[in-house]
Amino acid sequence: MIFSGGKFVCLDGFARNFRPKRGLGPLSSVEADRFFAKSGNQALNYRAAMLSLRGIWRSRLLLEPRKLRGNTVKIGALSEIFAGENRVAMTPDSGLQLMKLGHVCVIQAGAGAKAGFADALYAKAGVEVLASAAEVIAAADVLVKVRGPEVAEAQALREGQTLISMFWPAQNPELLEIVKARGATVVAMDMVPRISRAQKMDALSSMANIAGYRAVIEAGSNFGRFFTGQVTAAGKVPPAKVLVVGAGVAGLAAIGTSVSLGAIVHAFDVRPEVAEQIESMGASFVYLEFDASELPDGAATGGYAAPSSPAFAAKQLAKFRELAPEMDIVITTALIPGRPAPKLWTADMVAAMKPGSVVVDLAAERGGNCDLTVMDQKIVSENGVTIVGYTDFPSRMAAQASTLYSNNIRHMLTDLTPKKDGVIDHNMGDDVIRGATVAKDHEITFPPPPPKIAAIAVQKPKEKVKELTHDEKRAAETAAFKTATRNQVAMLVIGGGLILLAGLYAPAAFMSHFIVFVLSVYVGVQVIWNVSHSLHTPLMAITNAISSIIILGALMQIGSGNWLVVILGALAVFMAGINIFGGFMVTRRMLAMFQKS
Amino acid sequence: MEYGFTTAAYVVAAVLFIQSLGGLSGQESAKRAVWYGIVGMALAVAATLYGPGASNWLISLVMISAGGAIGWVVAQRVQMTEMPQLVAAMHSLVGLAAVFIGYNTHIEMVRVVGMDEAARAALNGFAAVIAHKSGVEVSILRVETFLGVFIGAVTFTGSVVAFGKLAGKVDGKAKKLPGGHLLNATAALVSLVLLVAYLQTGSTFALLGMTVAALFIGYHLIMGIGGADMPVVVSMLNSYSGWAAAAIGFSLSNDLLIVVGALVGSSGAILSYIMCKAMNRSFISVILGGFGGTTGPAMEVTGEQVAIDAEGVAAALNDADSIIIIPGYGMAVAQAQQSVSELTRKLRAAGKTVRFAIHPVAGRLPGHMNVLLAEAKVPYDIVMEMDEINDDFPTTDVAIVIGSNDIVNPAAQEDPNSPIAGMPVLECWKAKQVFVSKRGQGTGYSGIENPLFYKENTRMFYGDAKKSLDALLPMID
Repeated sequence: MIFSGGKFVCLDGFARNFRPKRGLGPLSSVEADRFFAKSGNQALNYRAAMLSLRGIWRSRLLLEPRKLRGNTVKIGALSEIFAGENRVAMTPDSGLQLMKLGHVCVIQAGAGAKAGFADALYAKAGVEVLASAAEVIAAADVLVKVRGPEVAEAQALREGQTLISMFWPAQNPELLEIVKARGATVVAMDMVPRISRAQKMDALSSMANIAGYRAVIEAGSNFGRFFTGQVTAAGKVPPAKVLVVGAGVAGLAAIGTSVSLGAIVHAFDVRPEVAEQIESMGASFVYLEFDASELPDGAATGGYAAPSSPAFAAKQLAKFRELAPEMDIVITTALIPGRPAPKLWTADMVAAMKPGSVVVDLAAERGGNCDLTVMDQKIVSENGVTIVGYTDFPSRMAAQASTLYSNNIRHMLTDLTPKKDGVIDHNMGDDVIRGATVAKDHEITFPPPPPKIAAIAVQKPKEKVKELTHDEKRAAETAAFKTATRNQVAMLVIGGGLILLAGLYAPAAFMSHFIVFVLSVYVGVQVIWNVSHSLHTPLMAITNAISSIIILGALMQIGSGNWLVVILGALAVFMAGINIFGGFMVTRRMLAMFQKS
Repeated sequence: MEYGFTTAAYVVAAVLFIQSLGGLSGQESAKRAVWYGIVGMALAVAATLYGPGASNWLISLVMISAGGAIGWVVAQRVQMTEMPQLVAAMHSLVGLAAVFIGYNTHIEMVRVVGMDEAARAALNGFAAVIAHKSGVEVSILRVETFLGVFIGAVTFTGSVVAFGKLAGKVDGKAKKLPGGHLLNATAALVSLVLLVAYLQTGSTFALLGMTVAALFIGYHLIMGIGGADMPVVVSMLNSYSGWAAAAIGFSLSNDLLIVVGALVGSSGAILSYIMCKAMNRSFISVILGGFGGTTGPAMEVTGEQVAIDAEGVAAALNDADSIIIIPGYGMAVAQAQQSVSELTRKLRAAGKTVRFAIHPVAGRLPGHMNVLLAEAKVPYDIVMEMDEINDDFPTTDVAIVIGSNDIVNPAAQEDPNSPIAGMPVLECWKAKQVFVSKRGQGTGYSGIENPLFYKENTRMFYGDAKKSLDALLPMID
């Protein structure tokens, strides 16, 4: 639809039948006026309109030939063929945004249907809907997908074509080989480095966030009680106790969701530095008692967890065993990059749980954190504990997940289109793009070199202040008292000695003044220490006013017989006078402002 | 009148002055404390005029009233944001007065020495005091006078430069002439040589030469200190003006001058010390100017500054329960304290907890922010010091940074190579969300990149602080 000069006209039909079709895009107001002039105001005379559109097309060719003829990149979104996958890599909104970058968008018919985005919505946003995957692959220069390509899809890629999707290159070397042979470029969304600049395209985080939320919702639907505690006329309901293991993005999302539903949430992570984050979400951190030397330095591995030492693992399991009978819901999210999921929730822990409890294992895809987890299934243990092993949590919230994922993709394409002119500049010098690109120009570019910037600032765990025993406190206090005494005595001895020394040489008249001076300094020090911080400016103003006591000197000299002394004295009195009145007035003004609430 | 009466009046005045300073330990007692100071000063001046040695009342009174009138008008008119300049300007007056009085002492000395026995006996007032001094006492008098003039001269030019920097009339950046501290050291050495010469001969030229050297030291020393250190400088100059008064008191044998000079001197010194401690820097390194040497390249700041508009800030504020506002010099520059106060009032009316976190060196004067907030009628019991509030940031929903930079710089804790490493800072980045109201993307006074602006939970609210807040106000409900 375009709107011009108060008239609506539907151009979609014309544009679609119009050849050479390269997507005409919205008409400018000048073009629209021409269109109306040629085709007649209300007459949607097909022939006249086509001629008019062709004219507009030609004039655009003359004006911006490069943009329209050659380089504009066509971005195509494919339908997911993986069973049960509901997400889509392009939404009508993201398509609109991509077109603002100068790209043209196409999508396979029905690709967004399962996520709630009908083809008509795409067409309305200006995304061209093509009937089959083959058409999209043939038309598009850049393909976007959610899941990694199947072998057939990979083989359909052509030379110079770019695929942006999850890829898991470490787990899929054979796919990588196929892509390399085809000469296509692959940008793996799962390989985006974890640096702040790249957060906007960190699809793993945005999907983990959804998974964490959904895990709690799944747990809730399988849990027969409230999350929040209630006292009702019909009886008292205890709050649900939730344990979240692994406080990555998913874990934190799960914590936040459970807390906001009203549950009592405990959380554990092998990286002690995340305790702060856990507590900030409203959960309590499950501490283990161990020696400091056993602490793993989680930050050294780019913010992901590293495998823990056997001693640590044993202590951790013992703690879980202790917690198991109390917990109503356990959500495990522990994953170590490139390894099977660690077994943290053993069969005996499940056995110790109350009937009706729920375990949600977010690590099911990699074997699960729980011994009993069956991938993609929900099972019930012998003692009535439900164990959810779904791996498609994001897909179960396809609308939300598609929106976030398509935004991640859009941000990636924004970085790939630095000039916003519809031209892809695949800059391998850029840390983020380099990190995510796993294949390009018949070469495998995985694994990437380490990023130039450390992933996150290394944070050493804070030393915990040891609780002092009574005796130790006493000892520390005595020691402090002793040093204070020593220092004070030393100061007094030195100060006293100096004064005595002065007294040996200086005349008596001087000494009497000197003693006054020393005592005044002492009094000044004692008095000023007590001045409250917020009154430092008034203090300064008042001391300034008081320092004009120097007027006394001038007053004493002004009676001199020497005219120069009188003039200088008068000037000094004048200046000190300014100071006295100005200083006190300003101080009063300031102090008058301070008021209690 | 009797000498005894003047002395008694001086004792009373001294006690009143001590009470006046001591009363500043609390906001309420401070209001009383000013009156103690005023009465003490009136008493001291009256007693001196009344007492021995003073004459020429007419000139004295005319001069006091003229000066007083000017001081009164200036104090009435000055904006609270211009307070630092005003204080600095007033210090320069005290310094100059000290120089004049020192010269007077010198002139009297020369005059008395040139008199015969009979003429000496006929002298009264200050000249008579000098006339009765013995040889050693005259030497001591010369040292005292010399010191008084020296400190006074340093205070004078130093305060003038500080005034210029605070008022924005002189570039606030640390600047040194080629030669740096060597020039200061040379000037100080010259002064020392001249002191010896003056002790021996009592020559006027030695005194004049030293004055020039001292004026230069004052100018060059303060020029070399950057704007961020101005709070320390102002309180240091305050201290100097006190020591100058004490030195003059010695040379005039006036105990009240000594007492008050020492009080002011020590109070300024302690204030400087407190502030240096707040910045985790030694007094010497502040005086010698600029920030201490760095040991390595600063940590690279990564990420991007994400901007936000007034609607976004308003939405976050409407959702928040606890809010901490961190004002800085930028608030003073933009005169935004009234808008901040209005924002606080609205948020508090909506039942939210609003508090202010004040860093000890925020602004250009110690306690600068407290005064501005007080002017805008922000209740002082929600204005917290750094130590009181720093632990509360993790449980705070929104922290709003208004025109402060270095005092909220996480590099002080995270980057050992940062020039401000180790300086205690307000840990606002631990709040759930941080909004930074800032004019543009520039660095702070110390010229250090601030990683806070790049943190994930930080949003930059660009624009003049007052305009930004005024845009925000109608959206808060």
